[in-house]
Amino acid sequence: MANNLGLAVKPVTELCDDEVARVCEWINSEDYKEKNFARHALVVNPAHACQPLGAELAAHGFEGTLPFVHGSQGCASYYRSTLNRHFREPAPAVSDAMTEDGAVFGGQNNLHEALENAHALYKPKMMAIFTSCMPEIIGDDLTAFIKNARQKGFIPKDFPLPFANTPSFNGSHVHGYDAMLLSILRTLTEGKQVEGRCTGKLNLIAGFDCNTGNYREYKRILTEFGIPFTLLGDISDVFDSPLDGTYRMYPGGTSLDEAADSINSKATVTLGPYATAKTYGWIKDTYSGKHVSLPTPFGVAKTDAFIMKLAELFGKPVPESIKAERGRAVDAMTDAHQYVHGRKFALYGDPDYLLGYVSFLLEMGAKPCHILCSKGSKKLEKEIQALLDASPYGTDGKIYMNKDLWHLRSLVMTEPVDALIGDTHGKFITRDAKIPLFRFGFPVFDRVNLHRSPLVGYQGVINMVTSICNKFIDIVDETCDDRHFEMMR
Amino acid sequence: MTKHLKCTPKRAKKKRAPHLAPNDQASCSACVKSNRKTVPGVMSARGCAYAGAKGVVWGPIRDMVHVSHGPVGCGWYSWGTRRNLMSGINGVTSFAMQFTSDFQEKDIVYGGDKKLKQLLGEARELFPLAKGISVLSECPVGLIGDDINSVAKQSSAELDIPIIPCNCEGFRGVSQSLGHHISNDTIRDFVIETREYPEPVGPYDVALIGEYNIGGDAWSVKPLLEEIGLNVKAVWTGDGEIEKIAATHQVKLNIIHCYRSMNYMCKVMEEKYGIPWMELNFFGPAKIAASLRKLGEYFGEEIRQKVDAVIAKYEPKVQEIIEEYRPRLEGKKVMLYVGGLRPRHTVNAYEELGMSVVGSGYEFAHGDDYDRTAAEMPDATVIYDDISEYEFEQFAHELKPDLVGSGIKEKYLFQKMGIPFRQMHSWDYSGPYEGYEGFSVFARDVDMAVNSPTWGLVKSPF
Repeated sequence: MANNLGLAVKPVTELCDDEVARVCEWINSEDYKEKNFARHALVVNPAHACQPLGAELAAHGFEGTLPFVHGSQGCASYYRSTLNRHFREPAPAVSDAMTEDGAVFGGQNNLHEALENAHALYKPKMMAIFTSCMPEIIGDDLTAFIKNARQKGFIPKDFPLPFANTPSFNGSHVHGYDAMLLSILRTLTEGKQVEGRCTGKLNLIAGFDCNTGNYREYKRILTEFGIPFTLLGDISDVFDSPLDGTYRMYPGGTSLDEAADSINSKATVTLGPYATAKTYGWIKDTYSGKHVSLPTPFGVAKTDAFIMKLAELFGKPVPESIKAERGRAVDAMTDAHQYVHGRKFALYGDPDYLLGYVSFLLEMGAKPCHILCSKGSKKLEKEIQALLDASPYGTDGKIYMNKDLWHLRSLVMTEPVDALIGDTHGKFITRDAKIPLFRFGFPVFDRVNLHRSPLVGYQGVINMVTSICNKFIDIVDETCDDRHFEMMR
Repeated sequence: MTKHLKCTPKRAKKKRAPHLAPNDQASCSACVKSNRKTVPGVMSARGCAYAGAKGVVWGPIRDMVHVSHGPVGCGWYSWGTRRNLMSGINGVTSFAMQFTSDFQEKDIVYGGDKKLKQLLGEARELFPLAKGISVLSECPVGLIGDDINSVAKQSSAELDIPIIPCNCEGFRGVSQSLGHHISNDTIRDFVIETREYPEPVGPYDVALIGEYNIGGDAWSVKPLLEEIGLNVKAVWTGDGEIEKIAATHQVKLNIIHCYRSMNYMCKVMEEKYGIPWMELNFFGPAKIAASLRKLGEYFGEEIRQKVDAVIAKYEPKVQEIIEEYRPRLEGKKVMLYVGGLRPRHTVNAYEELGMSVVGSGYEFAHGDDYDRTAAEMPDATVIYDDISEYEFEQFAHELKPDLVGSGIKEKYLFQKMGIPFRQMHSWDYSGPYEGYEGFSVFARDVDMAVNSPTWGLVKSPF
């Protein structure tokens, strides 16, 4: 019992109002910011999750694929519910439910039994295996376990079982996405390369992207161009499936045959260079055809680069319809520039998205101020800095690598900005700072349908301009005094 | 019942069959096996011991810093995703935030004790009004052999603040349940009887145990208890305050809502301090009235009179709710699959609206939960324990429910099937559902789920 610890029994205390008021003020101060930035061990409100979450997303992007967590069952429940909440869609995945005895004897028995059960119950065409902490720490040998599973008949000999080591104590969800995607492509394309064969298709990789509208936008652009394509890891139909009275466990995803043949394509383009670094490296060494890594096409310039690259790779002119789309995007930006020009923004997110936000804001004449990545790198920092340096609107931009949202709160409270771009987790900052939050990132737990609205391409530009400018105008309407409440804005 | 396992391999079928059975109401005893290891690969909805400790027991205590000790994920996934609402000023007096040691490879190799010690100091400095710190271990901590207990003890003395080490690694046990138990043990070992209420002990001092303030439930029930003359000295742990929890050994009666997650401490307080406990249900007017009457019986005439007055006061409101919603819900069938207390405590609330619960089960219950469920459920209805997604779907095809009440992982599966659904862990971002105030919200929500005009659009005309 607690008092057996020899602790003195003290009275229940109440906080005194003055003290509370003092701390309320203090946490918004320069002094607090300094202390906050001096911490080394404690992480408060990080803006990144762990690798297996990304691995599960990659797995969902393939036809008939059941994500399979080798590890504790609670991990699987966490990843699934995160995806459920963001997309408001099912996210079926199994785990092999390792417990204490797994820690002692290893997870082979769990893996074998789970493969047998999941295969029989959920009839997948592929199971994509990834690990959570426990097997990573005890050193489970997945190569051997899977070989044994086939030999002992727990799973048919030719059943595809890509697997990725995705330790949560390394990297973030973005790295897990990369590792799983690489393993899936490696598994499916094994022995499928045919000398001299060219499918004439483009392979497109989106990267860790939880906006189903973006995937649909890519497909639409390629269709406009008349370019045959395989979108690798296509989650659009998986996480944006129709409600028609039938539950389909695998409602979409890249066809496994097409993915297998992707090794013989005319070209491969990744639009998530940070989220697919390893995968892209491997593709460059392995895949036929041309290989291109481009930034995620946020904003006009980055979309231009993507469109021009498509034209170049396939020797096709840019379709008139896309030229007109570009014009409409520029029109929308120009019409609305006055509502955002010179406004200051704080932003955080995954590397590929973050670069996109910066690019887009600078094009609008907005000023990115606090730019934060909670799992960044020197390379990312240099790339963002180069964007800032190239624009007169980039002079106020300061980059913070490997900091968290509690750091960002200090920045926003001491050097105020007009808005924050991030995800749902940013809402605590924007409530305190009384500024709007634009939920362009992942996850979004508190608004509906945002994942259906594309942010990439020229259409994405229009969507971002619309959300940002109308919000600023709403604020004027809601807060102005009666004399300044006008019909027109 | 085994036809619901038809595609299940032999070994798994043998394990799963005893977890599915028809209810025998008269027996008042469990008809299914429970609290066994999850069968690998069947797609269980269960969480882990960490989830039970962080998400359920410790997380809702508002004036503490809860450190998710280990890699970044566990704390991130459980950040703000349970809806245990809190009062206070975030980051100043209450902490609906994610604190983690964000383990990296080097922490796994060299151990995380030093990092823990350092971060405890940092938390103390940056959050000076926090009244305690809990250290909630994630899987790696136990596997690499860190000693969070000694770090906590040393830092607690140095920083002059209670620091509670909780060895709730996710691989322990078979579900969230062990996390509840471990957390209860840490309250026993590090918290209870370390504080005293400054005011004199009164005859009607009670504590509300196993009430997590989901969607504001505690804010509906606590005023009701006060209305009948009781003093609620502490809530465990919804919108909870650690010092009030620490002084709970002084109360006269513990009222427990979620038996599963907190019966352990009720039993400890009964044995050590002679505090009786009473399991009460505040879902639906009949159960609310019965619960209040039980309190009236226990505390005697003065309280009994107030109970009668309170029940009479709310009676017209209850009738109004039932008259409005019952005609639209009469005869509708419900399937439940949740955790804690809901699979049995909410049954009557549906029945009051004219609905019948045709199947119910728990993610992480034990035999004593199923014993308590038998009497609440009609005869021959279906009881399922740790149901897999496959089995749940099979049962739904057969029982054809008009509403399923379960969790976020199940929600969209059933909605795609065209079956109305309410999340019954989180009240689907609504609430409260407890108390008289809660019943009106519950009735409205169930009605809008079942009768939303969108269901009429599911079948396409072409």
